Amino acid sequence: MGNSPVLVENEICVSIATDQDVVVARQRGRAIALELGFSASDSTLLATAISELARNIVSYAGQGQILLRAAQNSGRPCITVVARDDGPGIPSIEQALRDGYSTSGSLGLGLPGVRRLVEEFEIISEVGRGTTVTIRKWKG
Amino acid sequence: MDSLHATGSITSTRSHSELTAEVLHELVQHLRQNRTQLREEWARRITEARLLTAMTKEEIFAEATSVYDNYVEALATGTFEALQAYSRNLSERIIPRGVETHEVVGIVLLLRDVLARSLFSKYQADFTKLDRILDAYEPAANRIANTVAVGFVQERERVIRQQQEAIRELSTPVLQVRERLLILPIIGVIDPQRARQLTEQLLRGIRTNRAKVVVIDITGVAAMDASVANHLVQTVEASRLLGATVIVTGLSPEIAQTLVNIGVDLGKMNTVGDLQGGIEQAERLLGYKVMPQTESN
Amino acid sequence: MEVPILKQGKILIATVQAALTDSDLLQLRRALVEKVAKARARAIIIDLTAMDVMDSFASRTMREVAHMIRLRGAETVIVGIQPDVAFAMVQIGLSMGGVTTALDLEEGLEYLHRKFRTIL
Repeated sequence: MGNSPVLVENEICVSIATDQDVVVARQRGRAIALELGFSASDSTLLATAISELARNIVSYAGQGQILLRAAQNSGRPCITVVARDDGPGIPSIEQALRDGYSTSGSLGLGLPGVRRLVEEFEIISEVGRGTTVTIRKWKG
Repeated sequence: MDSLHATGSITSTRSHSELTAEVLHELVQHLRQNRTQLREEWARRITEARLLTAMTKEEIFAEATSVYDNYVEALATGTFEALQAYSRNLSERIIPRGVETHEVVGIVLLLRDVLARSLFSKYQADFTKLDRILDAYEPAANRIANTVAVGFVQERERVIRQQQEAIRELSTPVLQVRERLLILPIIGVIDPQRARQLTEQLLRGIRTNRAKVVVIDITGVAAMDASVANHLVQTVEASRLLGATVIVTGLSPEIAQTLVNIGVDLGKMNTVGDLQGGIEQAERLLGYKVMPQTESN
Repeated sequence: MEVPILKQGKILIATVQAALTDSDLLQLRRALVEKVAKARARAIIIDLTAMDVMDSFASRTMREVAHMIRLRGAETVIVGIQPDVAFAMVQIGLSMGGVTTALDLEEGLEYLHRKFRTIL
């Protein structure tokens, strides 16, 4: 604070193709969150969300990217994560967002769960074109 | 280069924004050249309007100088990031001094007026020119006022949030009454944020105190809606993941109903009527011998 | 990364060292099922202290391990889930099902010793 320059936006791109990349992406995400001053708890929520999204890319599209954007929107730190791929796309987004977890563990995309971890959640998907999920988390 | 004459229209193929840029440049020159007296005029009007009473004349003048320079700079560059940063910086300094929102908005508007008047005097002989000058000046000046005011308000909100956070930390104790036994009495109104904080504190407490049993007493909870009930269930589940057994005490019939409504199997949840009973059961679970205190149990 | 699995009497202890990828998790599951049979273990403890995140795949795999181990007549105790990780899990709605959990290795061992008294 004080005399530090206004950090408007900072973007990191993690390419996702293997399950090791899933770990890399979530650890980067956690690190950025901590750097921005997010609590350890919130950083874990974010890392968990990233893990789910990155895994979906590996499992369903084979490869894609996770973009991590840090911003200080008017003094309130915010992280945006964009998970995108050119994979098969989701036939029914409505259903994907509805399927909840049961203790037996459904094979769903885990999207309802991810939604509960963040403040903003947006998904665009087209069969044959790919999927882009954008999530946002604010500090505090 | 076309010159701007009072009479006639200008035939020019240059864009509106180019003209605006030129005009702004001229006006910025004027503001820079007359910096000293305009600044003094402004400081005088601030005092006259009885604003920034929490600050001394010297302080006001010093801040006025920075604000003025940043103001003119924003007009000159047309970018507002630096001004935004300055505004937050300034707010950080003056908020602890007790400066309020209406004062900050007030002084920025006064500066806008002082500068506008100065432009009126300079260009009063040339209405067309004055018109162009004001066309360029007004939107920029309004944007500046907005930027500064918003910057101040945001900083204020941030401070308030911080204070609320501090208060919450103080008012949600997780108590260790016995070895391996924690009590979390929840009192009052719980909003989602407080519920989260309670859960986080409890989980950390379980880890630090190596608690095996946790008694969550909700006797004092004002009202419980589905979302808070959900938080309670999540807290119980998370505690279990850390190996702790949870006993919920003080469950009123109404709250029990709310829990059932959101699909909680009360049979699976460990509940006891009152806190005392809950503690006794906890001690039994931990292997302590419990001496019966009263008849009513 | 392979998770080291140690034997302590009739108990196998698998201690996760760092964040596990999906394939690491599957490998761990395989290794535990195999070793439980070979060692005729009565119980296994999986120490998740170093797990940075427990997402849907990880928690499902843990439940599967417990299920498969149970089919071999042994019990599973999961220990070391961090407070923040537990919080994230319940936010999503993940659980360990009926798998026993304990705070850490020490508590896990104590639980098993109390339960099985003699044989361990």
